[in-house]
Amino acid sequence: MTTPETTSFAGIRRFSARFPLASRILERLLLSLLLLFAVSVMIFGGIEALPGDFASTYLGQSATPEAVARIRSELGLDQSIVTRYVDWLGGAMTGDFGNSWASGQSVGEQIGKRLGNSLFLAFFAAIVAVPLAVGLGLLAVRFRNKLPDKLINILSLAAVSLPEFFVGYLLILIFVVTYGAAVFPSTVYDSMSLLDRLNAIVLPVATLVLVVLAHMMRMTRAAIIQVMSSAYMETAELKGLGALRAIIKHAAPNALAPIINVVALNLAYLIVGVVVVEVVFVYPGMGQYMVDAVTVRDLPVVQACGLIFAAIYIGLNMTADILAILANPRLRHPR
Amino acid sequence: MTNRPPLQNGLSRRNFLASTAAAGFAVTASGLFMPEDALADTPKTGGNLKLGLKGGAATDALDPALASGSVMFVVNHCWGDTLVESDPLTGDPLPGLAESWTASDDASVWTFKIRKDVVFHDGSKMTVADAVATLKRHSDEASKSGALGLLKSITGIEEKAGDLVITLDQGNADLPLLLTDYHLVVQPNGGIDAPNTAIGTGPYKLDNFEAGVRSTFTKNENDWRDDRGHVDSVEIIVMNDNTARIAALSSGQVHYINFVEPKTVKLLERAPTVQILQTSGKGFYSFLMHCDTAPFDNNDLRLALKYAIDRQAILDRVVGGYGTLGNDYPVNSNYALAPEGIEQRAYDPDKAAFHFKKSGHDGSVLLRTSDAAFPGAVDAAVLFQESAKKAGIEIDVKREPADGYWSNVWNVKPFCASYWGGRPTQDLRYATSYLSSADWNDTRFKRDDFDKMLLTARAELDDAKRKAIYQDMAVIVRDEGGLILPVFNDYLNAGSKSLKGYVHDIGNDISNGYIASRVWLDA
Repeated sequence: MTTPETTSFAGIRRFSARFPLASRILERLLLSLLLLFAVSVMIFGGIEALPGDFASTYLGQSATPEAVARIRSELGLDQSIVTRYVDWLGGAMTGDFGNSWASGQSVGEQIGKRLGNSLFLAFFAAIVAVPLAVGLGLLAVRFRNKLPDKLINILSLAAVSLPEFFVGYLLILIFVVTYGAAVFPSTVYDSMSLLDRLNAIVLPVATLVLVVLAHMMRMTRAAIIQVMSSAYMETAELKGLGALRAIIKHAAPNALAPIINVVALNLAYLIVGVVVVEVVFVYPGMGQYMVDAVTVRDLPVVQACGLIFAAIYIGLNMTADILAILANPRLRHPR
Repeated sequence: MTNRPPLQNGLSRRNFLASTAAAGFAVTASGLFMPEDALADTPKTGGNLKLGLKGGAATDALDPALASGSVMFVVNHCWGDTLVESDPLTGDPLPGLAESWTASDDASVWTFKIRKDVVFHDGSKMTVADAVATLKRHSDEASKSGALGLLKSITGIEEKAGDLVITLDQGNADLPLLLTDYHLVVQPNGGIDAPNTAIGTGPYKLDNFEAGVRSTFTKNENDWRDDRGHVDSVEIIVMNDNTARIAALSSGQVHYINFVEPKTVKLLERAPTVQILQTSGKGFYSFLMHCDTAPFDNNDLRLALKYAIDRQAILDRVVGGYGTLGNDYPVNSNYALAPEGIEQRAYDPDKAAFHFKKSGHDGSVLLRTSDAAFPGAVDAAVLFQESAKKAGIEIDVKREPADGYWSNVWNVKPFCASYWGGRPTQDLRYATSYLSSADWNDTRFKRDDFDKMLLTARAELDDAKRKAIYQDMAVIVRDEGGLILPVFNDYLNAGSKSLKGYVHDIGNDISNGYIASRVWLDA
């Protein structure tokens, strides 16, 4: 006998057997939604646990008990945490993140601008860093244990060992203070032309490239070296392929999965983890926006920023997974 | 409600709330108040003035009632004017949008004559009604204005026979200085309909405002005074990172930066294009003891700790010499009617040991500190610990987290590090934290006779009599209060050499917020 549950279960099984890739993606999407939900609960709880709420933090010295009470009731802070969370969730579900408590501006509108700036910076850092890292990784393998390999290794390790703010300060000292060759501060604003914007972000992009380069480069190198020891690479060499050609045609495709993973991780970092670089270069990105909001417990802004960060992180990781599955057919059929 | 924003944010609302009065326009037609280097040449017009300032955030709003932090302090003074301004050297009230004023004999009813020749940036005429509406908006009980606390004693604001008349619940000789607060810029109809438009009567018109990022202004061609607003345009860039500001200044990208750290001053001085701008102020760094909590309820113990601190060491090593010694009362010579001739208390391990023994206290005392309290507060606490040890007094130093320091430690724990920004007058200084009923009585100093002296001085229009009362009050706080005040810190800023006419204003930092209207650029 078949109950409805088992039929639908069997249906899922059949679907998953016929469209292995689609079903894996669907599964991950559902999981992501769950994760986002959990993240929003955690941020809400976290802000709640911080000492001082918005009313008292924002009013600072002019905080009389009546003023605090008035702001609390105005913003609904006097209601229970569950009520407030459900209210917020209801708005967020329909795409309404509300207004910032501090400035009264629409959160969505402000985030739009800041997120645009963050993505702009991350995009240019990525289009420089990713090809550069993979290329250098390939080169390092080609000249494994020879001078180029060692040079690449030492330099990239040195760059990653320095804290990012220090790399930033070094670049400022050299290119701004000493030689006056680069634009500083990197503040971008609405009325700026694209060329001016690109000019402004040269130094932060350079800093970010230096910070993420080594990680991706070394992962590329390690993955390819692992593949190089396999039998088919020996065959490639025996049939007379040049070293670089063998690496690019035969080794690289098989080493793709781990490289994609590390690239995705670094891309996520470039968008969500660069608040320090933003501060050093006076760049108006998302990170600074969120930190400002946390300082005064501006919950709607913090929530929205947190969700967007989480969504970007989850999205990039999911993309990496899917690409890895595409690159490696064996992953499509889990047992 | 006792929450204070951390100092790292730049000048917080706390510094400014009541602190902005003692300022005003130095650049008078006669050049009377101008500093030496400014006397040398006359203002040049033109140029784009760029300021790199710490103390702005994405949460800033243009509504002057909500302004807090250094950036909005300067922004407000670019586009708006207050009724009264203050003299940068003496702190006395000077005419602003109010051209003159008179007080009733008991100083409880004040009549202000408002200028008639002033237009707002939108071309409409500024009237007495606008001034009345502005003050009403900020003093309304439901207002969120940062100036609400200052205006509490006001019972009536009205237009009478073409003048602005303010009635107080008790006499206050300092009322004009209260109206210098930077929140109280006059807006069309008080800003009730449109608080965020930044339309005022100031020397510059706002072009563009991105909270926490950048603001731009152009010169107001219809400015009602011709002795200010020398540049064509002003650009304020929010730079919260200390090193970024220094890099921007030394590479010539900005003309002025605020909050230079004492330890970097010597290095910055070496840059050929940079001048250090050091201004004496009214703010101080301190350690606070609760007079009503054991063991600090014993005056001998309090005296022991006051003698056990090496003020000179803290001045030299914590603020790098950029300040002046404190004497355990919260007022210095930058206040009008400041006390004179009170003996400077010095480090004296013998006296400290004597009073400590007399207090009968046994064991150590716990001092809480944090970098949030003031820059270098942890170092200062350790210096205090060392100097006290020589007097046989054990101080345990406990480092508290910066986040939440103002709500969990300050004004809660019996012995901790703290700072205060300046206040326009001695009256406000004492009323904020030494009146028995004050919310921020952070040393729990509660004495009826002291309260009475404060109220008597407040209504006293005879300066000599007032000064005598303030002198007595200072001595009481110094010898019997819970305040240990090692140093008054100077404001440390820096500018490019091409920046001229900077006025060292004792009222507050950044030339009391008036930098953009006072300086000019020498190409």
